[in-house]
Amino acid sequence: MFIGLFTLMIGYFVYFEAVLSEDVINNPYNSRQDVFAENVVRGSILASDGTVLAETIVSEDGTETRSYPYANVFSHVVGYSTRGRTGIENLANFSLLTSDISTLEQIQNDINERKDQGNNVVTTLNVELQQTAYSALGNSRGAVVVLEAETGKVLAMVSKPDFDPGQINEDWDRLTAEDDTDSALYNRAAQGLYPPGSTFKIVTLLEYMRENPDYADFSYQCRGSVTEGNYTINCYGGTVHGQEDLTEAFAHSCNSAFASIGLSLDEMEFADTCESLLFNRDLPFDLTYSRSSFTLEDGATPAEQMMTGIGQGETVVSPLHMAMIVSSIANDGVLMEPYVLDHVENYSGETVDTYNPTRYGSLMTAEEAETLTEYMKAVVEDGTARNLNDLGFSIAGKTGTAEYTSDKSKSHAWFVGFSDTGDSDIVVCVLVEEKGSGSEYAVPIARQIFSAWYAQQNPLW
Amino acid sequence: MIDLIVELSRYGFVILIALYTFLCFSVLRKKDQNEVNHGWKVQNLLTFLIHLLAFVVIFIQTWQVDIVIFYLLQFFLLQAVLVFTRLIYPQINRLVLNNMCFLLMIGFVILTRLSYDRAVRQFQIAAAALLLSLIVPVLIRKCAFLQRIPWIYGIAGLILLLTVSIVGEEDSGANLSLVLGDFSFQPTELVKLTFVFFAAARLAKSTEFKDVVLTTILAGLHVLVLVFSRDLGGALLFFITYLIMLYTAAKKPLYLLGGLGAGVLAALVGYQLFYHVRVRVLAWTDPFSVIENEGYQITQSLFAIGTGGWLGMGLYRGMPNKIPVVEEDFVFSAISEEFGGIFAVCLILICMSCFIMFVNIAMQIKNNFCKYSALGFGTLYGFQVFLTIGGAIRFIPSTGVTLPLVSYGGSSIVSSILMFAIIQGMYLLKEDEELELEKERERAARARAKARKAKKAGKEAEHGGREQQKTEPERRQRRPKAAADGKKEKS
Repeated sequence: MFIGLFTLMIGYFVYFEAVLSEDVINNPYNSRQDVFAENVVRGSILASDGTVLAETIVSEDGTETRSYPYANVFSHVVGYSTRGRTGIENLANFSLLTSDISTLEQIQNDINERKDQGNNVVTTLNVELQQTAYSALGNSRGAVVVLEAETGKVLAMVSKPDFDPGQINEDWDRLTAEDDTDSALYNRAAQGLYPPGSTFKIVTLLEYMRENPDYADFSYQCRGSVTEGNYTINCYGGTVHGQEDLTEAFAHSCNSAFASIGLSLDEMEFADTCESLLFNRDLPFDLTYSRSSFTLEDGATPAEQMMTGIGQGETVVSPLHMAMIVSSIANDGVLMEPYVLDHVENYSGETVDTYNPTRYGSLMTAEEAETLTEYMKAVVEDGTARNLNDLGFSIAGKTGTAEYTSDKSKSHAWFVGFSDTGDSDIVVCVLVEEKGSGSEYAVPIARQIFSAWYAQQNPLW
Repeated sequence: MIDLIVELSRYGFVILIALYTFLCFSVLRKKDQNEVNHGWKVQNLLTFLIHLLAFVVIFIQTWQVDIVIFYLLQFFLLQAVLVFTRLIYPQINRLVLNNMCFLLMIGFVILTRLSYDRAVRQFQIAAAALLLSLIVPVLIRKCAFLQRIPWIYGIAGLILLLTVSIVGEEDSGANLSLVLGDFSFQPTELVKLTFVFFAAARLAKSTEFKDVVLTTILAGLHVLVLVFSRDLGGALLFFITYLIMLYTAAKKPLYLLGGLGAGVLAALVGYQLFYHVRVRVLAWTDPFSVIENEGYQITQSLFAIGTGGWLGMGLYRGMPNKIPVVEEDFVFSAISEEFGGIFAVCLILICMSCFIMFVNIAMQIKNNFCKYSALGFGTLYGFQVFLTIGGAIRFIPSTGVTLPLVSYGGSSIVSSILMFAIIQGMYLLKEDEELELEKERERAARARAKARKAKKAGKEAEHGGREQQKTEPERRQRRPKAAADGKKEKS
């Protein structure tokens, strides 16, 4: 019996060393990492094409400076390392401070009393897409996430307001001042939680399809508003959509139709579907993020049901999570875990460690994904995201205008969608805080990103 | 250059300990006595190579002459133990002896690295205990009285525990130490020995239900006092040890199941009742959520083990002193950090090899008292290793017990060394038993041969009967004596 216990314990120990230790080592509380820094020059963080995003420059007298050539552009995702650690600087800290050089070089460095050069980490980030997203967002607050649907690679992740990681020590007091309202250190793309607004109609639609196999026969007469009990939901801008089928209701983001659908849905099943889409759950993502939340309980009031159906109410979601849900739609229902580290190489470019795409699981069936794609294409072809219809390739998406206060002029603008060309398609999620409608403020940003991506894919175009 | 030596030494340690560990298991399978002896010699050599290499690495990073002197002292002590023990007891179990020296050596090395002063103190106490341990096997051989007075040390042990629990010094949340002037010691360690003897003597005498109840009550009181001293690890150790001994003696699965059931129940009640139990469990289930407080120790331990990786950071290249009470409860983490995961796994296997030998010895002993004692000590040892290592790697909640022979702690090292010596004594008894048995057999064979011869002679000649008459009384005389011997041992 004891031998069994011992064997189990050794087994666990081996499992710990082989699998669990990586997360443990990278914990920012692990001060042992600093020991490495005494013997190793911190490696560089590179974009997927090798562009330097962060590097350590050693001056003549041996002083080390961490430099970030793109300053604010990659601030949140790359992070900083001189005042605590965040982002990739934190995630890959162990790799950056490990040096896989030959023993011969080690001896040479030893004799010359030089530090070993740490490994470089090559990220999945795409400089051009990141820059496009960064400049497209302009001075607005908000976030952009771009994923590759098939692999889960994070191609761009922008959050504004931002900061310069190279100036973090100088700016620290300003960034963390008590009266600061910018929260610039906060990575809105993964940590920001917002009401999803009409982008949530994707989820409502999925649930409606699941509960009503004859969903295609849906028909609704929109009068510009719907009232249940003493609560009224209006369509955006007071538009009266008239007689519509499900495709039209979705494409025009008809609140009245989806509020009615919300009323008809089974609360518990709706909650189950949302949990299977990772609401109230941990996301498979290595950088710091916030958990999205969905609360709809048995016996919810009609008002709550209607609000939830159109993505208002209690539901909050991060731009990253929204992008992940849509990436599973783009990928036949399969969610690939989003990741930012592609591989680790030593300073002379030999690969040390490779991170492969990881399948998280199916969030929905392939049929459901295909149907949702068709509905989302209608949004671009003949709905609220028409602005994307003339790019020369197929795009599926959904806009959202999320109200978060009684002041209806200050809504969050959402767009989430993906290119549907069948070849390394991307998912784009745009959120602009306090601007207005998704069509007006989020779609144009997405347009620039899609164009930049398409130009990259087709250099001759 | 120094960096490089440290770097390369890591491989050396791993290779040497892997060979040592391999021999722990492979030599037992060898039949040829010469090969076996050779295996033991190689083990000793490996022990001293690791010792030497470790001190070279320590020395080149500290450049203190004291270190060299300390090394030589350690070397001579371990050599002396090996030489003298074998001189006095040629029949000694070599694997247990080798493992004891190996574990002591590892303890000396890691303590020297963690805290020189503590290592010196540990060394002094270990040397005294080793000297004492040389006479333990003799005592075990001669002292049949040990099994006649169970209540005396049963109750004495309990009183000692009670005293500690009432007037003891508080140390990290538990009342464990008694302080007499400059000298502080942990009676729990001593009571471990008396407790096992008590249970063994009682159970060897009778496993009638009435007696079992009485024995269990006193054993249970031990455990309860420990629980109220907040020494959870100790309580758990005593509990499991008694349970296994009871089961082996009474051979009733009901006792084992009932005991385990009661244990689980007690654990649940304890969880509800005691705040410090809940803290330990919380620190186990989700240490990172309470990393600044309750989970600090265990997360530091995990950082140490994880960052060390398979090959370790190299001596003096880690930060084991970041772990609170690293020299005692978390010495395994320090070893794993600086010597690496492979080394640590080998260390577990070596401890396992000790445990297996203990149980083996126990199973071969005929005398019930010795058998149960050996088994009790084996269980105590095995379970303690399990608790401390399991706690350090977050396999189980941390219970705050030491790694026998390796961890810092005067009382702990004394009781561990004595425990090993007692087992050796039991092993020698077993050898005696076998020797006795063999002699008996030889004698019987001789007698039979003589009888045959005499019969033959008697047939041939009448006067041959005189010889037969002479041998008959001789045999009669011998037999009762042997029987009496046996009775004496069994009573």
